[in-house]
Order: sequence, then structure tokens, then C-alpha cells
Amino acid sequence: MKAARAARDVLVLAALVLYAVPFFWQVLTSFKMDAELLSLPPLLPESLTLAHYEAVWAKSVMPRAVGNSLGIAAVTTAVAAVLGLLGAYALARLPIPGKGIILLAIVASTAFPQIATVSPLYLLMRALALRDTWAALILANTSFALPLVIWLLVGFFREVPEELEEAAALDGASRLQTLRWVVLPLTAPALASAALLTFLFSWNEFLFAYTFSATEASRTVPVALALFPGVFEVPWGDIAAASILASLPPILIVVSLQRFLLRGVLAGALRE
Amino acid sequence: MKPGRHGDRRTALLFLSPALIVLAVVTVYPAIWLFWLSLQQRIPVFGIARFAGLDHYQFLTVDARFWNAAGVTVAFTAASVSIELVLGLFAALALRAQCNGRRLALSLLLLAWALPAVVTAKLFEWLYHPNAGLVNFVLGGRQLNWLGDPGLALPGLILADVWRTMPFVALLCYARLLGIPAEVYEAAQVDGAGRFAMLTRITLPLLRRVLLIALLFRTLDALRAFDLMFVLTAGGPAGTTETLTVYAYRTLFQTMQLGFGSAISVVVFLLVMATAWLYLRALGREEARA
Repeated sequence: MKAARAARDVLVLAALVLYAVPFFWQVLTSFKMDAELLSLPPLLPESLTLAHYEAVWAKSVMPRAVGNSLGIAAVTTAVAAVLGLLGAYALARLPIPGKGIILLAIVASTAFPQIATVSPLYLLMRALALRDTWAALILANTSFALPLVIWLLVGFFREVPEELEEAAALDGASRLQTLRWVVLPLTAPALASAALLTFLFSWNEFLFAYTFSATEASRTVPVALALFPGVFEVPWGDIAAASILASLPPILIVVSLQRFLLRGVLAGALRE
Repeated sequence: MKPGRHGDRRTALLFLSPALIVLAVVTVYPAIWLFWLSLQQRIPVFGIARFAGLDHYQFLTVDARFWNAAGVTVAFTAASVSIELVLGLFAALALRAQCNGRRLALSLLLLAWALPAVVTAKLFEWLYHPNAGLVNFVLGGRQLNWLGDPGLALPGLILADVWRTMPFVALLCYARLLGIPAEVYEAAQVDGAGRFAMLTRITLPLLRRVLLIALLFRTLDALRAFDLMFVLTAGGPAGTTETLTVYAYRTLFQTMQLGFGSAISVVVFLLVMATAWLYLRALGREEARA
């Protein structure tokens, strides 16, 4: 019985490894010599090389794009976390006229298709002379990041008992102090989940980044990957190496911060 | 002393207004502006900017390219979402009994979901390579031109989308399955229920709500999808993978017809919002029934 169970577990894991093959295949491709790239069979190459990673790192816009992506995603996350934390606390705890309507509008805006806001935002960025800047992308990313953070945090705040805050208020703490010293420590894991999702979505975002940046100054990783140049033929090995670089933060999140990721995804989807 | 109601109101305004102001600038204002733009003829390269009324919408009713894109969008959405739901359900059922290596299993599953869509596009472009692609190799050394053949490109695109988003469905179902107490099954077993009966009489009814939620999220995402098809096939070959979002984008930023492109975007916007509303109503009825 026990052996059958273990065998079943191994079988499921094997099936999942098989499921992830499109990714592992790209990993393998990124280490293949150019001469072996376009010949299949054999499945496994005779020798491996780091040449593609060296080429991507030394000769492409990828390093710059990684810097841009990390910076833009980090600032977007910070802005959405601070504004979202304050806003969500007000919506969950404080007297606000038309609270229901505001929440409904925020939920509705999470469904807005990016293609619907991209043309007006483009004109806005042009009018503000923000094209090719981080600010344009941070501002545009906030349009999906902030509703997400507010939506998640309002739910989490409602799970925290109010008595502690009342006690703090009786001790003369202001709302801001209560938020900082009582509510924040209790909801830190929730805030981490919301921040993690925001970071992931900003890192992955393509449409705004592609539209608002024409130069390397604000070109993000997905855009650099989509526009990866080839001189005479498609540089499959270099593209593979660049894809793996673009995948590193998501992998890190899925593997080592899984608990927070799951909490965020499930709370976002399964709440009424 | 408890802070008075009046003070709380001011604090509330202070806390909430930064978020609302930012949202007004980046979502509400653009959404309204979009409708206004769609009533204009704006082609910056020719210096054209005039009021066009409903002309664009009138043109859309007879625009063959628009109807093709609408058809592709609906076909893509229907196929990908239904395949994802079925596969996701199976994956969740398989994962439920997992004891060892749960974390590893979830990591492998969620990997595809967490990658940028552009990366997924590059992975599948390489897998579909006519001579050196893994897909043709697995099919016994065929030379199918997946992304270049009008009959194969849409299935190829759907497969890539299913790979990328099935894990989301699986995760939602899996979380719900973990919430079903073991006693429910034990009681059914005592009553002599077989495995199949337990699946159809207990598990599936309990999953109804979560499946409906997954259906909602996935349909909205499929209708709005852009990155994957834009990078993988760019709408080709011969427009067989050109969805409404890709058509809108190319009109907006490749031929720079800001007014007409915005009219196509308005259609996507209304389609998504109407779908969301329909599903939410269905979900509300479901809740009332339960």
C-alpha cells in the first residue's frame, strides 16, 4: 500500500516534469553549441557551452533591460503597496460615503483590457513628455497594480479582528500609528503576497512597455526579448539564453516564495 | 479616548485620496478618453484630426478584417478556456492525493503560469521550428510548418496558451479539493459509493463554484490576451491568428489610426465588461442557490 502510494507520487511528479519540458528544452538549447542547434536528433548535445550567455551579457541590450525591469517593477510595487495599503485600510475600516460603489469600481478596473487604455495613455505620456522613461511605465503599470493591491488587502484587513485597533485607539494612538504598529505587523504576510504578485505582473508586462519605449532607456526584459535582433539568421541559442534570464525572477518566486504567491493568487480569485 | 467620527472621516479621505487620484488618472480618465477618441478621425502622420461621429463603428459592421478578428478571438477563447478547464480539473485531481514532494509538484506546475507571455512565445516558437523543433521530432520527424501554415497556426497558438494558463485552473481546483473534509468521502464509502460515483456526486458538485470562477477569470484573460499572439505569430499567417486585440494594436500603432484603432479597442472593452457582468450574475445566482 505504502509502496503503491510512493510510486503514484513519483508518477505524478514525472508527469509534471514532462509538462515543464517546453521550459527545460529552452534551458538545454541555451547551452548548446551553435553547430548542434539546428540538428535534431540527437536529443542530447555532445558538448555544452556558455557562449550564448556570454553573448547576451556582453553584446545585447539585455543587461540594461534587466536593470530597467527590476527598477520599474520595484518602484511600481512600492508605489502600489503604499497607496494601496492606505486606501485599503480606509475602505476596510473607516467611514466613507459610497464605499460599495468605490470598491465595485476598483474591482471593475481589474478587468479593464490593457488594449483599451493603451491609446489614451500613449497620448498622455506623449503630452507629458514621458515616453522612454521609467515614470511612464511605472504610472501605466499602477493601473493594474493598484486595484489588485487594494482588492487583496481589503479582504485581508477584514480578517483581522478590530478589537486590537480599538485598544490602540483607547491608548491614544492615531489612525496612522495604529496602522503602522498594530495592523501592519498582523497583515505583513498579506502585504508581502500582494507585493509579490504586483512585482511578478510588472516584470512580465509587455504591451505598455512595448508601446511607451522606443529606446533602451526604458526597454524592459520582455520587450528586449521580443525584439531580440538577429543579423543574418535567428540566433536561437542567444534567444534561449535571454529567455532563461527573463525567467529567473518568476522562477525564484515560484520556488522559494511559493507560500506567499499561493496565498495571493487564491485570495484574489476565491473571494466574493 | 476613541477618535471621533468626524476625525475618522478626515483620516479616511486623507488615506484614500492618493489611491483614487492615481486611479482616476491611469484608469478612469483613459477609459473615458478612449470612447471620445473612437469618435474622432486621428491620423497624426497626415495631420488629420477631425470629429467622425459613429463613422468608425459603421465601418466596423462591414469590415471583413474586423469580423475575421472577432471570429478568431471567439474561437481562441472558447477552445483555450474549455481545454484548460478540463485539463486543470484532471491535474488538480491527480495532485490531490500527492503526499511527497507537494512543493516540488506545485513549483513545476506553476512555472508555466509565472513566466512572462513573451518567454512562452519564444519557447513555443522554438518548439515549433520546422526542422529543429521538438514538436516535429516527437511527431516522428515530420516537417510541419506550425506557425506558417494557416491551418496549424491557431491550434499551435491555443496549445501555447493552454500550457501557460492551465496551471491557474489546476491551482484553484486543487485549493478547493483540499478544503473538502475526508469524512464526506468516508461516509460515502460506508454507503457503498464507488470511485466514479464519488467523483460525480460529491467532488464535481462541490467544485461547481470554483470552476465557475476559473471560467470567469480565464474567459476574461483570453478575450484580452495580446502578448502571446503578438509575439508568437503577429496575427499571421493570413490573419488566421489575428485577434481583436492584435487588430486594434496594429491599427493604433502600426498604421497610426488612433481614432479607428480606439473604436476596435472599445469593442474589446465592451466585450470584456459584458462577459464579466454575465458571469458575475451567474455566480450570484449560484450563491443564492447554495
